[in-house]
Amino acid sequence: MATVSKTNGNGHGGAPLTKADFQAPVETRWCPGCGDYAILAAVQGFLPELGIPPERTVFVSGIGCAGRFAYYMNTYGMHGIHGRAPAIATGLVAARPELSVWIVTGDGDALSIGGNHLIHALRRDIPVKILLFNNRIYGLTKGQASPTSELGKVTKSSPFGTVDAPFNPISLALGAGASFVARTLDTDKHHLPAMLRAAAAHPGAALIEIYQNCPVFNDGAFDAMTEKQTRDANVIALEHGQPIRFGAERERGVVRAADGTLAVVAVADAGEDALLVHDAHREDPSLAFALSRLADVAGGVAPIGIFRAAPRESQTAEVAAELASAHRSFADGDLAALLHGSDTWSVGA
Amino acid sequence: MAVAKGIEERERVIVRFAGDSGDGMQLAGGRFTDATASLGNDLATLPNFPAEIRAPAGTLAGVSSFQIHFAARDIVTPGDTPNVLVAMNPAALKANVGELERGATIIVNEDAFTVRNLQKAGYDANPLDDDSLNSFIVRRIPMNTLTQRAVEGMEEVTTRDALRAKNLFALGLLCWLYDRPTAVTEAWLEKKFAGRTASLEANLAALRAGWSFGETTELIDVQIRVPAAHDMEPGIYRTVNGTTATALGLVAASVRSGLQLVFASYPITPASELLHELARHRKAGVRTIQAEDEIAAAGMALGAAFGGALGVTATSGPGMDLKAETVGLAVMLELPMLIIDVQRAGPSTGMPTKTEQSDLLMALYGRHGESPLPIVCATTPAQCFSAVLDAVRIAVRYRTPVILLTDLFLANSSEPWRLPDVELLARIDPALAPANGHEPFEPYARNADGARPWAVPGTPGLEHRIGGIEKSQPSGGISYEPANHQLMTDQRRERIAGIEVAPLVVDADDDADLLVVGWGSSFGTLRAAVRRLRQGGHPIAHAQFHNLNPLPANTGEVLARFKRVLVAEMNDGQLVRVLRAEYGLHIESYAITQGRPLLAAEMERELLERL
Repeated sequence: MATVSKTNGNGHGGAPLTKADFQAPVETRWCPGCGDYAILAAVQGFLPELGIPPERTVFVSGIGCAGRFAYYMNTYGMHGIHGRAPAIATGLVAARPELSVWIVTGDGDALSIGGNHLIHALRRDIPVKILLFNNRIYGLTKGQASPTSELGKVTKSSPFGTVDAPFNPISLALGAGASFVARTLDTDKHHLPAMLRAAAAHPGAALIEIYQNCPVFNDGAFDAMTEKQTRDANVIALEHGQPIRFGAERERGVVRAADGTLAVVAVADAGEDALLVHDAHREDPSLAFALSRLADVAGGVAPIGIFRAAPRESQTAEVAAELASAHRSFADGDLAALLHGSDTWSVGA
Repeated sequence: MAVAKGIEERERVIVRFAGDSGDGMQLAGGRFTDATASLGNDLATLPNFPAEIRAPAGTLAGVSSFQIHFAARDIVTPGDTPNVLVAMNPAALKANVGELERGATIIVNEDAFTVRNLQKAGYDANPLDDDSLNSFIVRRIPMNTLTQRAVEGMEEVTTRDALRAKNLFALGLLCWLYDRPTAVTEAWLEKKFAGRTASLEANLAALRAGWSFGETTELIDVQIRVPAAHDMEPGIYRTVNGTTATALGLVAASVRSGLQLVFASYPITPASELLHELARHRKAGVRTIQAEDEIAAAGMALGAAFGGALGVTATSGPGMDLKAETVGLAVMLELPMLIIDVQRAGPSTGMPTKTEQSDLLMALYGRHGESPLPIVCATTPAQCFSAVLDAVRIAVRYRTPVILLTDLFLANSSEPWRLPDVELLARIDPALAPANGHEPFEPYARNADGARPWAVPGTPGLEHRIGGIEKSQPSGGISYEPANHQLMTDQRRERIAGIEVAPLVVDADDDADLLVVGWGSSFGTLRAAVRRLRQGGHPIAHAQFHNLNPLPANTGEVLARFKRVLVAEMNDGQLVRVLRAEYGLHIESYAITQGRPLLAAEMERELLERL
């Protein structure tokens, strides 16, 4: 089936963008029940509200199940090589800072083979939105332990249980100086778009860790946070300016001890006034880091929401604009002067 | 009072400055080069330095040298052996004396020949005092003492400043000896030491003291003149090394294509200099990125190319290993991209400051799968400029990554460059795909060259997805179809094989039986060797490759025309294997891996043996 985007030809003709404009005319091929379907639908459903047409949107992905995402978006897209999407996107935005550039990656892609590129993209604070699908397993290669697999996890590559401690992707991103870091859940139809919205509004690099279920190799990894019976007890929803509390009756909360460490307490014991009020905009990332440490991989408790949204002073856009303008105005005469340099001599005919 | 001095005219001279790597020999050589260029001599230079920034002072490992060959006629190499060696310490003497021919002049800094320095250099006895240097003309000059005396009484100039300026004393002396102006160096010093009066004054005083020493003492009684070159093509000239010529070629390619240059690289010897040079060209709109690693640098260049820029990365040996995966992706994506490999001696870290034509086979075959790509090489330092333009032309027209092979020798050596007329440089048409109205866009539809459209983000109607998975022709969708993979393999091969490259030029005597073949930076040496044979009345032929993939269409015919063919290269025999495999001919090989360029005398000998 061929769909023709409204943006073909002479622009949009005034019609508002719809989800269909971002759906590529190809069959989606993830396993039945894969969390990636929900994320794809959420992204395609969200993008129209940005008002940026598909031709000015680019998805760059690496290798892994998540890597296929780029093929399903009716935008410009590049399915790159394992772990290198941030490097490719860095070059792309260096040349074309005006584009809306999204990176789709997974826990193996971003945190194992591509760890170096991820931290440097965050360090540089390049204008890209990074969607890190974390299913805590290697899916495309059929079930090996990933750098986010919980300690002791039994997989094909770790029949006696893993012995390597996992990464906490939020902590890692904050450590790399990320100016925007959030976490959400694949199946949360309201929270996921809200995180996409906030990331899109952020001027620099924005990383969203998306807990994503792999029904084949790591089914139920996030059930504690997504199932009706348990989610209220385990999801610590962070909201800027609000006291941090959770639980079915909002009976639990986060307080900060005198030594700066955070603890989960019963609100009844600590008192409402003692609860930590979330401030995502703090210049200092220490508190965001402390919040990231509340995630308990084994127990299933974890904060979701925006840990940090603190736009950094950046010259990136200015430099790019200055260079683009310099390039446009640098003509043959300027080139001749450059080639000439300062010390020349003449040989007569 | 000046003594009367004789003046002798010579057609060509080779001078080598040698000292400890902290002695400023590269600086002295560079300034001598500028002074020589200003006189209109043809010239070629060969810097040679250790990998250690400061190897233990006074040891053989720490010796740094700079050789310059200048002449009253067109010359093509930095010369084999120097007529004059300046040795600033015993180690410099020991490291270089073996290359001198009988009768050469050695100017030594006598003050540095202390017991301790002699020990460090491994001398049991002072070679200045025994008869080991009898076959040379040795000039003993106490340069430390004379430099210190020259700065005596200057305020704020320390003994240390004085000692550091002794390279300028040596330079001043050589400038007098070869009648080079010092004004060029003085102007350079004033700029370099602006605001640092003490250092400036010390250096100027040392330079002038060196000159005056030559002029007034009786130690050196003949001044040598090398008139301006008489057979250089008319035009405006400047001196460039290969690094500068490459950088300028990239800026020129950007201007003549209208594509913004995005240059990403990771520091590595000797390619880093290219990053330094390009980072200065913000006025030309050059975007440089110092990447987190070699892999990222390649990815950034490719990402920039996807965005419609001129994406370029540069590296050297080990970096090529790391970039291979990304280059393979670029082959699959069929996007224009330039990878510059400033070759150095390998394998592994090898000898990072020594030259080698090490990576031809890697450039050809160093990726998994069937992944052909074009390879261009540069033949002289100045020719790096046009090699870049040729490589970019191929990359853009045929939508392909291109590997440009230069090497450490080209990067660091300099020669006069006749400035091109900018308007006569060929325009490079990026031919970006225009916005599409109605038809579904086919990213892998091919034109007559076999090239696909370059459709850049931002263009309405051309939204498409590309990636490393095999493409369906022409839709660009993922395909595992057997027949499609065969088709795409064939098309990738044919597109590269069909690239238009200039024919192989043969410089042959009518009755020549022997053809010597080279590629890249051996051009000058082979030409010099061929000249010598001709002067001796021996017929000979020479051909030098600029394009290594595809090879020029007339290559087989050229090789078959001669009774004997010798391929000379600085590796273990890479091009010769390619030519044997490609044409099934008996071809001889002269291949060395000694971390140095081929020498004219060595090639003359090899050719004479085969006549």
